Amino acid sequence: MSLDTTTDSYVTPDGRTIGGVMMEMKNITLRFGGVVAIKDISFDIREGEIRAIIGPNGAGKSSMLNVINGFYHPQEGEIWFHGKKRGPMKPHEVARQGIARTFQNIALFNGMTTLDNIMTGRLTHMKSGILAQAIWKGKAEKEESEHREAVEKIIDFLEIQAIRKTPVGRLPYGLQKRVELARALAAEPKLLLLDEPMAGMNVEEKEDMSRFILDVNDEFGTTIALIEHDMGVVMDISDRVVVMDYGKKIGDGSPDDVRKNQEVIDAYLGVAHD
Amino acid sequence: MFFRTVGQFKTSYRKDQALFPVRQDAVLLWVILLFAWVVFPFTASEFTFQTLLIPILIYSLAAIGLNILTGYAGQLSLGTAAFMGVGAYACYKMITLMPWMNPIVAILLSGVFSAGIGVAFGIPSLRIKGFYLAIATLAAQFFLVWLFEKWAWLYNYNASGAIQVPNLKSMGVYVAGPQASSIVQYYVVLGVVTFLTIVVINLTRGNLGRTWKATRDMDIAADLIGVNLMKSKLTAFAVSSFIVGVAGALFVFMWRGAAEPNLFDIPLSFRILFIAIIGGLGSILGNYLGAILIVGLPVVLNTVPEALGLPISSATVEHLNIMIVGSLIVFFLIIEPHGLNQLWRLIREKLITWPFPH
Amino acid sequence: MLQDIFINPFKDMIEAPDFLMQVLWEGLVSGILYALIAMGFVLIYRSSRIFNFAQGIMVVFAALTLVWLHEIGVPAWISLVLTLGVMYVLAFGIERVVLRPLVGQPDIILFMATIGVTLFLIGGGEIIFGGENKVMITEELGIPTGSFEFEPFGGFLILEQKDITAVVVAAILVVGLLAFLNMTRMGRAIRALGDDHQAAFSVGISLSQIWVLVWFIAGIIALVTGIAWGARAGVSFALEVIAYKALPVLMLGGLESIAGAIIGGLMIGMMEKVFEIYWGQPLMGGNTETWFAFVLALLVLLFRPQGLFGEKIIERV
Repeated sequence: MSLDTTTDSYVTPDGRTIGGVMMEMKNITLRFGGVVAIKDISFDIREGEIRAIIGPNGAGKSSMLNVINGFYHPQEGEIWFHGKKRGPMKPHEVARQGIARTFQNIALFNGMTTLDNIMTGRLTHMKSGILAQAIWKGKAEKEESEHREAVEKIIDFLEIQAIRKTPVGRLPYGLQKRVELARALAAEPKLLLLDEPMAGMNVEEKEDMSRFILDVNDEFGTTIALIEHDMGVVMDISDRVVVMDYGKKIGDGSPDDVRKNQEVIDAYLGVAHD
Repeated sequence: MFFRTVGQFKTSYRKDQALFPVRQDAVLLWVILLFAWVVFPFTASEFTFQTLLIPILIYSLAAIGLNILTGYAGQLSLGTAAFMGVGAYACYKMITLMPWMNPIVAILLSGVFSAGIGVAFGIPSLRIKGFYLAIATLAAQFFLVWLFEKWAWLYNYNASGAIQVPNLKSMGVYVAGPQASSIVQYYVVLGVVTFLTIVVINLTRGNLGRTWKATRDMDIAADLIGVNLMKSKLTAFAVSSFIVGVAGALFVFMWRGAAEPNLFDIPLSFRILFIAIIGGLGSILGNYLGAILIVGLPVVLNTVPEALGLPISSATVEHLNIMIVGSLIVFFLIIEPHGLNQLWRLIREKLITWPFPH
Repeated sequence: MLQDIFINPFKDMIEAPDFLMQVLWEGLVSGILYALIAMGFVLIYRSSRIFNFAQGIMVVFAALTLVWLHEIGVPAWISLVLTLGVMYVLAFGIERVVLRPLVGQPDIILFMATIGVTLFLIGGGEIIFGGENKVMITEELGIPTGSFEFEPFGGFLILEQKDITAVVVAAILVVGLLAFLNMTRMGRAIRALGDDHQAAFSVGISLSQIWVLVWFIAGIIALVTGIAWGARAGVSFALEVIAYKALPVLMLGGLESIAGAIIGGLMIGMMEKVFEIYWGQPLMGGNTETWFAFVLALLVLLFRPQGLFGEKIIERV
């Protein structure tokens, strides 16, 4: 189907509502010294959708997520979020705007338990000042319990009750990825960025993770942008796909459209570029 | 069987988050508090107060302060002694400029000064990390000690360059100076240390503690999930330096009675660092355990050989002490890098299942 | 007041250029010695990522061993050789007892282990050698002790021969070290190790062997430094404090660069002397050499967190 880029929302065949444009990247160019990581890329992400970013290794996909996060600042281009242009922002300010993320190489806090790691995700919602925390009884304790409840809901959702009090360093890889997802969800983000959430997983684990991602989108209405290499997963769960290669955009549309795009096929088969 | 935790269910999040969710831990704590507040004061000798009880408490507090910065927030600091000095000299100036002020209030207020200086010297941590930051803290250490010596106003232009603690009263009782009794000073120190320990426990168990640990473990990830790294680090420097400053004021006013600038030089910084490391970085209890070890060791080395009839000169004792501490550091780092605190937890785990193997 | 800070010192410098040269020379000599200690750090850090806090005490220990051997009657040059042997045994011992059990641990743990080693050597050294100040056996080693006098600009300049010897020996040591690292098999192995432990393993390099060798070389450097410094200032545990000065050198020069250590050392040595003589003593009561180097390094790092010679740090997520 052809999507028009207005603010009209539509309903997908399986009953989910996709809203208007939430985030727009306009002509983003990112350079590191002499290396151009991202070259003049524009695409948008619509509210409520699952948007996949795919491409061969080194295409600049993680860098693109880092730009969305405010970790890298593009030399050229604009970022628009909820209809407003975004000035240069520090990563923690971007996080407070409602953008959460998981990482390609797990970035959990190894000195803390699962529960504490996920609780750090609630940071942007916690309000007690230092004095209240020093006293603890009263305001701070109450807030701690409230957020604990929110976190427990997520723990139930992702089925990780048994490892609540385990230091995350001791967990197997698949569970660590799930805890990282829980931490991102705890922030109740408007936009969730997933960097290769299925990396290193076997078939069963991938099915579980896909189910979780779809459930998150379905139950909480969270918009999701994910980088993923497994084509089966991408075709199955995403609404729209952006394809990157060598820092440039070479495809943008529904999974079916992209699958038939010759340039995309060439990129993956490794046909020589002129 | 003493530590059986089976059957103790926590029925609310509040109970789960309590400090001592396991009943046996709470009992243990009450026993310790009983000893500290009641038993020791009535049974301890003057010697015990001056060589063990009071210094252990003060060193524990200083180590707690350092631990917040280095153990929880991950910013290595080698300048602890200098900040203790700031607290001590600030207290001295307040006492001498405003003699009407209650000395205990002065001691607590001196923490504010050391906190301010701590934040100033903490600003580099926003750009500099790891070993480089540690060396930067040495800039604070060496500069401040030089300042203590050169800025004569600090010690009221005293010819000897030292500060002497005058007789000070609080609510009619002598708390400092030659007239103060050890038992009074012990209670003052115990009170201040207990109060600040409770505050630190509260701060580290909640959001701020998690923020610090996130900053320590992976600051980039912390930034990306919403931690304002600048605020997190500077708050750590502020709280840490406050506590270290108060410890410094207690050090001079409630224990030593006098101070020269070189008292706050690098060896003291290292002693506090060792207490924090051997005790366990990132823990509260560990600081107390570490202080007991570091303060107790030279006392043991001094008294035991004599008791056994082996004469050792006090100089040799001092050197042996240093060697043993050095070996202990290496030993602990190899066997249990998380220090005495972790050893205690392992013992506790064993106690929970004892006499069964698992 | 402003005149005192910004004008007078330079006036003084210009009016007595011979004195300025003397100050610069003294600064150069200390700078070389700082650089040597820093080189020991760099060597160990590059091959093992360990920040060897014990480098300073190794300087003292080496000097003390040398003097003690001579005191009990061993001829000077044999004492030297024996001391080298002691440093080798020390390197071997440290690798076995401290480093090997801690392979793979985070850097900070290894750093603290070296602090432990430092304490052990301080305590042990005091017990073995005693704490009194000792005199370096400069003459017995054949180091010339006279001085050269010059009269530049109609003034007066004294260069002590032992200082000149120190500078020359240090230069030889540096050149030798650089040659060793770049042109021999072992040297390349050491550099490979610094870049990537795993890869070095896979090429068949023995970690233990390299570490013993590296710590031994650091021991040699420590001995040379100990002799040079002991000849100037006497041999005592106070020497250990001088090793702290190597730290700002490392901050400036970066932890990985030998060239950085040398240039950083010279810079710090000369600048702290100049500051102390022309600003510290007249305006601030003197004794600024205890902190100047650190504050200088701190200021540089604030503007260039990677140091003067380090590579710009690019963080990746």
